[in-house]
Amino acid sequence: MADAPKLVNITVDGKPVAAPAGTLLIEACKTVGIEVPSFCYYPNLSLQGACRMCLVRVEKMPKLQTACTTGITEGMVVVTDSDEIRQARKSMVEMLLGNHPLDCPVCDAGGECELQDMTFSYGAAESKFIELKQHRDEQQWSPVVYFDRPRCILCYRCVRVCGEGMDVWALGVDNRGAVSTIVPNKQDHLECEECGMCIDICPVGALTSGAYRYKTRPWEMKHVGTTCTHCADGCKTTLGVRRSDTGMEIVRGDNRDKSGINGDFLCIKGRYAFDFANNEDRLTQPLIRKGGRLVPATWEEAFEFVGRRFKEVLDREGGRAIGVIGSTRTTNEENYLLQKFARVALGTNNIDHHRTADFPAFAAALHGKSGATASMRDVYNASAILLIGNDPTEEHPLLAWQIRNNVRLHNARLYVVNSRPIKLRRQAASFTQVTSETDFTEFLGGDESLASFATREGWNAVRDKLRAEQGLVIIFGSEIFGEDIQALARFAASVPGAKLLCLGDYANSRGAADMGLYPDLLPGYFPVSGAGKFHQEWKITPAAPGMNIGQMFEATKTGQLKALYVIGANPVGRLNVNPSTLKNTFVVVQDMFLTETAALADVVLPAANAYEKAGTFTNTCGDIQILKKAGEVTTAKPDFEMIVRIADAIGFDVRKLVPFGHGVHADMGQSRGAQSGEADQHAVWLEANGLEPKMSPFDPVATLDEIQRLVPGYDVSRTELLAGNDQHTSIAAMGPGTVQNPELIVPAKNNLFSSGTLGRYSRTLNSVIENKDPEPADAVPTD
Amino acid sequence: MRFSDQFEQRFTEMLTHYPTKRSVLVPTLLYAQDEVGFLSEEVIAEIASRLDLTELDVRNVISYYSMLTTKPRGKFNVQVCRNISCLLRGADELIEHCEKKLGIGHKGTTPDGLFSFEHVECIGACSWAPAVQVNYDFHENLTTETMDRVLDEYRKKVQ
Repeated sequence: MADAPKLVNITVDGKPVAAPAGTLLIEACKTVGIEVPSFCYYPNLSLQGACRMCLVRVEKMPKLQTACTTGITEGMVVVTDSDEIRQARKSMVEMLLGNHPLDCPVCDAGGECELQDMTFSYGAAESKFIELKQHRDEQQWSPVVYFDRPRCILCYRCVRVCGEGMDVWALGVDNRGAVSTIVPNKQDHLECEECGMCIDICPVGALTSGAYRYKTRPWEMKHVGTTCTHCADGCKTTLGVRRSDTGMEIVRGDNRDKSGINGDFLCIKGRYAFDFANNEDRLTQPLIRKGGRLVPATWEEAFEFVGRRFKEVLDREGGRAIGVIGSTRTTNEENYLLQKFARVALGTNNIDHHRTADFPAFAAALHGKSGATASMRDVYNASAILLIGNDPTEEHPLLAWQIRNNVRLHNARLYVVNSRPIKLRRQAASFTQVTSETDFTEFLGGDESLASFATREGWNAVRDKLRAEQGLVIIFGSEIFGEDIQALARFAASVPGAKLLCLGDYANSRGAADMGLYPDLLPGYFPVSGAGKFHQEWKITPAAPGMNIGQMFEATKTGQLKALYVIGANPVGRLNVNPSTLKNTFVVVQDMFLTETAALADVVLPAANAYEKAGTFTNTCGDIQILKKAGEVTTAKPDFEMIVRIADAIGFDVRKLVPFGHGVHADMGQSRGAQSGEADQHAVWLEANGLEPKMSPFDPVATLDEIQRLVPGYDVSRTELLAGNDQHTSIAAMGPGTVQNPELIVPAKNNLFSSGTLGRYSRTLNSVIENKDPEPADAVPTD
Repeated sequence: MRFSDQFEQRFTEMLTHYPTKRSVLVPTLLYAQDEVGFLSEEVIAEIASRLDLTELDVRNVISYYSMLTTKPRGKFNVQVCRNISCLLRGADELIEHCEKKLGIGHKGTTPDGLFSFEHVECIGACSWAPAVQVNYDFHENLTTETMDRVLDEYRKKVQ
């Protein structure tokens, strides 16, 4: 550990302030609660000194100084508020407003505009300028980025976040002086990653988003902090929701309060691609196949029908004739409930999901090795990172942001090993292009004397450097699986303090794996044969491994599998299953859309998405985070409720499935007689806050209790979790895992603008793809 | 694209003058403009790639300096100073005269491609105001008559 930096003592407005040497004056003031206003200064971006709002008086300096570019020095005496300073700031605001259109009543930023706030705090009510304002028409730079030039105050935040933060460098400044203007890289349009960081960081309404502009005002929305449902990085996103005809409509996504593992970062998917929820193709009522056609039915009819048909198969052939396919985008509670439903209510281990990474082998490699996994926060703070395979810029935008900014701000050393020249090589201290990531991994974990590769010399140098690193984080993609993960773990064990990170593809891919959506593994990677405490708790658990996803479709073909229950997955679209193989199988699908799989089903149940329910997600690092219900489409139900309803319809005692009511002794007002109206009020309050008491069989918190009790490594702080903070789970504490058949691992291959089924139904993503490439985008496998 | 050997020699030499590559951008643009006549898309792309900059970066710098242009100019670029000293000593008359004589306005080019005309900020010749710069040459203490002679001299040069 380096010594703590020397403290420097200064005086601000008479208050003594001590801060580490090198601290900027504006930051030092913040530590004692003194606000120095600024537009262009933004933490962790390069200094600009453009807006002149942060002027302060520093004793013995001839002129007012910009607090954002002045480092503190010993004995500095600073005044941040005086007539002189107020006058200076007032003049700055007056200049900024000189050509500002003052169209606040229609501007998207109105109500949360920094220029508005500054004008109220520091500006004048009148202006000396009598010149006519120069109007410029709004420009559309991309499907999501609009630019309103007169509103711009030239703080250059957008230019810097695009370049330094995103390493895209798509924005610049043309001309000089009064006619300076922000310009996009392709003269009249943008060619970029469409992350929307420029819009988010804009202190005024100069940059606005195609998804949100002119739709609503900030104060008309309710803001709900939840977890993104796209890639596996688990960004916290704050969704702005508003009442609509069908419930609550999501109109905006951002993370302006910088809470969560991602700070203010979001990619295009997190920021704009919530619009699948409002897609007109969304299913709004249960469908039952009658006379070869899917026709609308009531929920009661549908549940009764599914229950009856499942029961028939169970009575005739038992659970082994039913298969269950889970989702990588349903919550941990739903995944846990689903496998429990399969194992306990149906009595089968025929359960699987779309695997995108070999988490069971990861669990096997790290079994008992505590502290060997990296969290998303570790990636930002690690002193060195080894990235083998994957292209995080496309597939894991937050991970790429963490790596990039760790290198930029903390001088971390990045070692990239990839078969393609991925964009992150630009941040890399060393880039090793290999023909196969597996070979390199085997080399790393292998016996040095045996390794004989053509490129060994270069590889040796990389390995020696890696061995010398302290606090190395090793990140690997789906290129590495099975025994190779063991090899990598062996190598990690030889580097003091090294941690591993395994990359899966979907929002809850890790959760699906951790929760035991495997035919041979229970939650926490325990083998089905040794059910142990699960058996004690559940009483019945089949001991023989069930069918995996491939075997299930083989079995539908042969007629061995009579019923298939698919939740939030599209195996037909992805595995090219011949529709005729499902001809004699009773198929139930829970999904938002009529996917290729749903189109073949006998019953389709319209599902709520992750933005419309409560629960938890585990990101690919193993960080568990809470989901809060933001949007609502009243015609859809959460998968959790549907699973319970189907169990009930089969005739299964749902109390054995969801331990609701256990140990809950709450007075809901029943005993209060005349005051019993309070019970209703209480229930309303609980619901409004997303806190339903565990008195309902549809309450996922009861299942979260069970997960935390039975899945080792998930015993994280409930307080922190409910407070919206990420908690790192421990895969080391879980079961022994197993090495999987690599053929079952099918990477999602999503890029920045695709996101499986969700992406197909996102108008924003599609418009960006169409705008980029007139040719139809490469077929992307869907989940 | 290909530049002259002289350009290449200067470029290679300049790279050694500064700690960072991008520092040679402005002089490189000037030499390229002198050679090609203006900073074409092709020139911008070439210089950007040589200096590891985005084309956007290069364009931003070009737009900052009025001496750099992305549009073709006439063979002789007549720049009349209109800052305070020149203004007091008749720059306005000179500007009006030139516009009439050449038949073009600010930043215009004559149809024969011989002359471009623009008024500029101070060219540092206040002691000899009013002053005009044609390409890299200065003409001082001008009147409308001497201005005519200057223009005729240039016209003669190409005949």
